[in-house]
Amino acid sequence: MSTAPQHNPTLGQASLKDRFAPYIPIALVPLLMLVGMVAIQAPSSWMTLTVSGLAMGMMIFIMASGLTLVFGLMDVINFGHGAFVSVGAFIGISILLSLGALTGAPSLFLNILAILAAIVGAMIGAGALGWAFERVIVKPVYGAHLKQILVTMGGMIVVEQLILVLWGPDEIFINRPEALKGAFIFLGAAVEKYRLLAVVFGLGIFFAMRWVLRHTKIGLIVRAGVENGEMVKALGYPLRLVFISIFIAGSALAGLGGVMWGLYQEVITAHMGGNLMVLVFIVVIIGGLGSVEGCFIGALLVGLLQNYVGFLDPKLALVSNIGLMVLILMWRPQGMVPVVRAK
Amino acid sequence: MSNSLLSLKDVHANIHQYNILHGVNLEVPKGEVTMLLGRNGAGKTTTLRTIMGLWQAHAGTIELAGMDVTRQPTAQIAKQGVGYVPEDMGIFSDLTVEENMRLAAVSAPLSQERMDRIFLAFPPLKTFWHSAAGNLSGGQKQMLSIARAMAEERQLYLIDEPTKGLAPAIINTMAAALSELKAKGATILMVEQNFEVAKYLGDHCAVMEDGKIIWTGPMNELAQDNELQERLMGLNMEAS
Ligand SMILES: Nc1ncnc2c1ncn2[C@@H]1O[C@H](COP(=O)(O)OP(=O)(O)O)[C@@H](O)[C@H]1O
Ligand SMILES: [Mg+2]
Repeated sequence: MSTAPQHNPTLGQASLKDRFAPYIPIALVPLLMLVGMVAIQAPSSWMTLTVSGLAMGMMIFIMASGLTLVFGLMDVINFGHGAFVSVGAFIGISILLSLGALTGAPSLFLNILAILAAIVGAMIGAGALGWAFERVIVKPVYGAHLKQILVTMGGMIVVEQLILVLWGPDEIFINRPEALKGAFIFLGAAVEKYRLLAVVFGLGIFFAMRWVLRHTKIGLIVRAGVENGEMVKALGYPLRLVFISIFIAGSALAGLGGVMWGLYQEVITAHMGGNLMVLVFIVVIIGGLGSVEGCFIGALLVGLLQNYVGFLDPKLALVSNIGLMVLILMWRPQGMVPVVRAK
Repeated sequence: MSNSLLSLKDVHANIHQYNILHGVNLEVPKGEVTMLLGRNGAGKTTTLRTIMGLWQAHAGTIELAGMDVTRQPTAQIAKQGVGYVPEDMGIFSDLTVEENMRLAAVSAPLSQERMDRIFLAFPPLKTFWHSAAGNLSGGQKQMLSIARAMAEERQLYLIDEPTKGLAPAIINTMAAALSELKAKGATILMVEQNFEVAKYLGDHCAVMEDGKIIWTGPMNELAQDNELQERLMGLNMEAS
């Protein structure tokens, strides 16, 4: 049905500034890399930190993407999102530990098979928890931000305690699967194999998500719903059902992020999700609430900055990211990729 | 009226804690155009939104084709063939014109025939088919909003001030398109501040004041009675 128009339409000449404006946020990523290179000087350290920063960014993006859509669609602030990260990590890592035969084999194929099993389990577990969380905790407080913050934080504490009950009070250490241990030497720099895998995997998820949002009907409904949920309903779509689906999908992705983060840190704790939420919220805010692309760019910036500054002066890593948030909000108060919202 | 497609009986509605509609009674006859008139703030938009279920009627009943839809969710009401053009147009500006139309065609993809009809009424939509709807001019956005309502087979159109803020030439395009829709036998409930357009399109007329309908009757009766207009709406008719 997409018949092309017969002639070349114009919408008036956009100024050069307007035409470049949408590309500024993504340009910040290489710019930050460049600044990092100047500040760090040693190219091999810079290389290692950059890959590590990108890997971290991808994982934070995976955790944050659902949160930004949940906010965009229904104005719901979920401070309990970290619970899905932790639960996903515990379920996934438990599966991985039970598949010692696969993870111990020096075969990339078998290792990835084990990781995939862990991911599927984590996503199902976190998704199911998300469904329950939405029904029991979030639904009664639609439209009331303060209550949302309080009850979702409360919900997260309950889930963390449940993890302690089920898995015991100690942190769990894990070894990465055989083929993902160690590093490549690339241009004299050590690049951990697992981080590279995380980058590739994160990119895949981002582009898959972008494709769904741009080219499928459900994607259109979600994008339209972020801008004007009432109109989506008035066209005949049950917005609440769409929202629940996004909530579940977002929780499942957070669980996936949890498994990846666990393998990255090689240790998991019940509080890991809650601790990560500070960075996740920074990413969601600087990206622009409701924007998946903004969230992606924001996550890469935060991951890179965290690693560069962490190398130069570990105490300043988190502060630098809060500084980044302040700067970006001074520049674009609605975040880097502002989403038009009717309400 | 037995030929009413839509009927509101003593409808009360609140917006947050405010009482906005205090007993609206309204009959919208099938196959005709009913104009909802009244001063700013009289409750016209609230009436349309309440029919769509975007505000809850807390008393009274709303019947569509003999079915009680008072407590139905908005999506359900839309699915029964109600096309809604809100006062703010409700365009998805991040989506292209094509994507806006694709979303509006809920039950089946747009047929070529329907697209041709829409393009005939609103040529700019064809020109800007693949442009972001947010880049359209105000008039083009209004065209898109009405076109979206036309993307499906409808038994009722609810149209809120389709000529608001538009240049005279575009108002004519809009009026012509709506007149075409009317000629095809559509049932329309429309809010209109431009009295010329209201006169041109309207068969019936209901005037609101302070959350109630204070007068109903044939459009031409109101059109011919300047004193009545003055009394009901405080209209000072510009020379035209
Ligand atoms: N979202 C809202 N919140 C509070 N009051 C509102 C809101 N929308 C409309 N109102 C009030 O309801 C009354 C009717 O408004 P409306 O239906 O928009 O009038 P009309 O469309 O006839 O100009 C007005 O007094 C207006 O101030
Ligand atoms: Mg109005």
